[in-house]
Amino acid sequence: MSLQIKDLHAKIPDREILKGLTLTIEPGKVHAIMGPNGSGKSTLSKVLCGHEDYEVTGGEVTMDGQNLLELSVDARARAGLFLAFQYPHEIPGVTNANFIRAAKKARLPEGEDIDAIAFYRQLYARMDQLEMDRSFTSRSVNEGFSGGEKKRNEILQLMMLEPRYAVLDETDSGLDIDALKICARGVNAMRSEDRGFLVITHYQRLLDYIKPDIVHVMMEGRIVMTGGPELALELEAKGYDWIQPEALAAAA
Amino acid sequence: MSERQEHLDEAASIADIKIDSVGDFTFPERNKFDSGYGLSEKTIDYICDVKGDPDWIREFRKKALKVFDEKPMPTHWATKDLENIKFDEFRYYLSDGQKPKKSWDDVPEDVKKTFDRLGIPEQERKFLAGVEAQYDSEAAYSNIKAAVSEQGVIFVNSTEGLHKHPEIFKKWFGKVIPTGDNKFSALNSAVFSGGSFIYVPPGVKVKHPLQAYFRINSEQFGQFERTLIIADEGSEVMYMEGCTAPKFDTATLHSAVVELVALKGAKIQYVTVQNWSSNVFNLVTKRGIAMEDAVVKWIDCNIGSRLTMKYPGVVMKGERARGEVISIALANNGQHQDTGAKMVHAANNTTSNVISKSISIGQGRSTYRGLVHIPKHLKGCKNNTECDALLINSNSRTDTYPAISVRGNDHATQHEASVSQVSAEQIFYLMQRGLSEAEAMSLSVNGFINDLAKEFPMEYSVELKRLIDLEMEGSVG
Ligand SMILES: Nc1ncnc2c1ncn2[C@@H]1O[C@H](COP(=O)(O)OP(=O)(O)OP(=O)(O)O)[C@@H](O)[C@H]1O
Ligand SMILES: [Mg+2]
Repeated sequence: MSLQIKDLHAKIPDREILKGLTLTIEPGKVHAIMGPNGSGKSTLSKVLCGHEDYEVTGGEVTMDGQNLLELSVDARARAGLFLAFQYPHEIPGVTNANFIRAAKKARLPEGEDIDAIAFYRQLYARMDQLEMDRSFTSRSVNEGFSGGEKKRNEILQLMMLEPRYAVLDETDSGLDIDALKICARGVNAMRSEDRGFLVITHYQRLLDYIKPDIVHVMMEGRIVMTGGPELALELEAKGYDWIQPEALAAAA
Repeated sequence: MSERQEHLDEAASIADIKIDSVGDFTFPERNKFDSGYGLSEKTIDYICDVKGDPDWIREFRKKALKVFDEKPMPTHWATKDLENIKFDEFRYYLSDGQKPKKSWDDVPEDVKKTFDRLGIPEQERKFLAGVEAQYDSEAAYSNIKAAVSEQGVIFVNSTEGLHKHPEIFKKWFGKVIPTGDNKFSALNSAVFSGGSFIYVPPGVKVKHPLQAYFRINSEQFGQFERTLIIADEGSEVMYMEGCTAPKFDTATLHSAVVELVALKGAKIQYVTVQNWSSNVFNLVTKRGIAMEDAVVKWIDCNIGSRLTMKYPGVVMKGERARGEVISIALANNGQHQDTGAKMVHAANNTTSNVISKSISIGQGRSTYRGLVHIPKHLKGCKNNTECDALLINSNSRTDTYPAISVRGNDHATQHEASVSQVSAEQIFYLMQRGLSEAEAMSLSVNGFINDLAKEFPMEYSVELKRLIDLEMEGSVG
């Protein structure tokens, strides 16, 4: 049981971006990925989710034994994969509550509907945990939200949809210190033996609040180094330059 | 929005609301009447004989026929597709006897499925599918009818209206929309049958919306409906026409005329939700007159049809009168929605508001035509026009033809138009949350019309949402 990525290659029409990426995320574990701008971190998250911009040209991805690559975007999501976007989209006219309810409903068997009272009870409880004002239920999804509010809203969705594996793409960017703590608290509340996380970040600071079990360094479309939480501290202190010569050669 | 309101909204949109009221209208026994194919004076004599129309109506119809014959098709501005209407191949009046007899087994599977998804009660399905011609009565409607007639409200079909209430009928009939307004209003004037006649006495505020749907018979939903609503001074009424269930009709030409008269201080709201099958030409003329301090509001949703041409209008004849058009049009593959609004300011300090949203899917085409007229000698008039188009894929087409003629400078007018796409990134975002492509699309479309959908009575807006779900389901993958 795990999210297994083996030798994954993916390209946009004119260029390969993921160049043989291998990574296994076990339930119960938090993996962090750090890496320079443009190294392919967001691309990895979108390829996992089945974004049509990217063509997978090699390798395999399985989620708890199921071949993820042959599933549609929505089927992957319903199978338990969640992505907290680096840049969450705005959806005019659709209220946050209706959106989340529709997403939950999509996970039920055809013809079944969710219990409205129970839904709201859960929604309000989660929003309280994230210190979100109730007015966010009736506002259009992400429309007019500040950068930080959007990120918080992604975590709210994560908490409501209770995925098996969650990828968080730079959830910390745009968050002020207090908001960062609050979001981290939300994520930590969701940590459990049967849920795996992949946290993409540039800064050690997030990892102070969401303590990773394993830290990876991604460069030029590959994982080039893996270590414990101390690796993040080292990266924070030294940057990426020191890794380049030996590790890149080794990963290639 | 308050928490309580939020709950109510939620409850409303999830509640399995059905069109669960039916009418008490029973269709009169008729012999088999047939006016034959095509249109001539003979056809009109025939219709008048069958309906027992008075002489002035016979004259009115015959004059209208001449106008119809003389008027060219408006293809100099409208689509050439109009030329494909073969006027000689229609029957212009059918009594029950000639209605094609169908059985439930003949109704296509996908149609049955649609009824199912919309939650239409069994008995109504048969009517809507053209299997049955009428409904049985039901207490719910009788109560409304009793309540309104107690208040002196007249609510009958147009034939009964002109026969039994000639003094009111004659005064306004054909006055808001003259026969020669356009080729199709002339056609309707020649062969009209069905539609409603409503008179609301002074000061009476009708609590319940009056629904044509409650009064269904085959004539009511006829091809050439004629509706006349008169709200006397200080009265208020809401009328709802059509229903969200698709009509599966063999007739492909529909040309209705609707005239509204709101006298001093009166308010009329006219709500339409129509979902035509994609072989129908739906060529409608709708207009209201608003006297001093009166309000006429058209709330209009058009889905489907091969071609819909409909530009509800308001003539603001009295000071401080207000005209509004709120419209939603959805054109799927092979369909053309040519809709808009006409606002004619004819008194000082009159206000008009037009909000139009169109959705074009696949090869579907939406056109907005607006006319706002404010003459030079008036002062203090206001118009606000907003038209937004949503394109579901790059093949869709949308055009906007606003014609705003504002003379004089003591007026405030505002015009906004926008065209947007449902972006691939938006669909990806929604699908990443587990929604299918169709669900993602319909949520996006529902979001687009959300602020207008609230203008519809609640059960209509719930139905509207379901309808859009169905349309999107059919158009994706
Ligand atoms: N759809 C796309 N079209 C064109 N180029 C793309 C696309 N997606 C990714 N790229 C390119 O691939 C590279 C990797 O992008 P990606 O967004 O995955 O980087 P990242 O590691 O997330 O960077 P950052 O830390 O800045 O978020 C970049 O050079 C980017 O411009
Ligand atoms: Mg990124």
